[in-house]
Amino acid sequence: MERKAPEPVQVVKQRRDAALNALVSGVPYITFMGISFDRRGDELTGLLSFDDKLIGNPMLPAIHGGVTAAFLEVTAVISLSWAYIWEDFESGALDVEALAAGDLPRLPKTIDFTVDYLRSGLPRDAYARATITRAGRRYASVQAIAWQDNRDRPFAQATAHFLMPRDD
Amino acid sequence: MTADKVTIARQFIELIPHARALGMQIMEIADGMAEISMPYDERFIGDPKTGVIHGGAVSALMDTCGGAAVMSHPDAPAGTATIDLRIDYMRAATPGQTITARAEVYHITRSVAFVRATACDDDTDRPVATATGAFTVEGS
Repeated sequence: MERKAPEPVQVVKQRRDAALNALVSGVPYITFMGISFDRRGDELTGLLSFDDKLIGNPMLPAIHGGVTAAFLEVTAVISLSWAYIWEDFESGALDVEALAAGDLPRLPKTIDFTVDYLRSGLPRDAYARATITRAGRRYASVQAIAWQDNRDRPFAQATAHFLMPRDD
Repeated sequence: MTADKVTIARQFIELIPHARALGMQIMEIADGMAEISMPYDERFIGDPKTGVIHGGAVSALMDTCGGAAVMSHPDAPAGTATIDLRIDYMRAATPGQTITARAEVYHITRSVAFVRATACDDDTDRPVATATGAFTVEGS
């Protein structure tokens, strides 16, 4: 039996990067905040590039608690959407070119979001990763964690629930 | 509470770079209560299909408003930092409308201030989001 040749590496990368870019660049608020995503296979890491407009306490100075919350929420929503569409664009059921042209999938809606502030956010870049602890048909539970210098010393963590888009 | 304290709290909030970046305006601040507005801005859209503001911007508004309420409380001598904040999103805010958050300190100890907040758009009977949070009481 003949095995199908694997796809060339650049085809795989191009498809995944295009899908991720479409998902992220379609949301104005993510651009406004200066958040981008680093991809390794299907694993995403959110990157918050420091800017003076993200400051919440000019005396310390420290990143605004709302910025930290928003960064965790953006990372959670994008990671969840990404996992939700992954199978479809990998199989070809979801057309990446249409996605890139702006035909985006419906996004999950945040039901609730809880953030714990563990230490103050320093005026420098921050990183975040989200873990989908349960992805149901209607509801999903996601945890997210953000750090700056050391992965082992997170400065904030979050738990969130989302309402998944309906398939109709 | 002295009028000076309200002035200081107001000035401090108005100088927060991120609050300015989001166009926040203090409508009211006094004795452990604050009301802050955030006008609609296309740069804050979270869902391009509907034009609805991103939850993150609402979180920033809730957090700022909660912090402002704590700072204006007569028993809070100086600054504050958020310990935790939970936000429930009841419905999507109507695109084009200003979102206004109102926060109150409902209990305060020497170390912790407990805050409740509600955010509404033009339809004030149906909140867009509610929040509860714990904030530090610093400088005592």
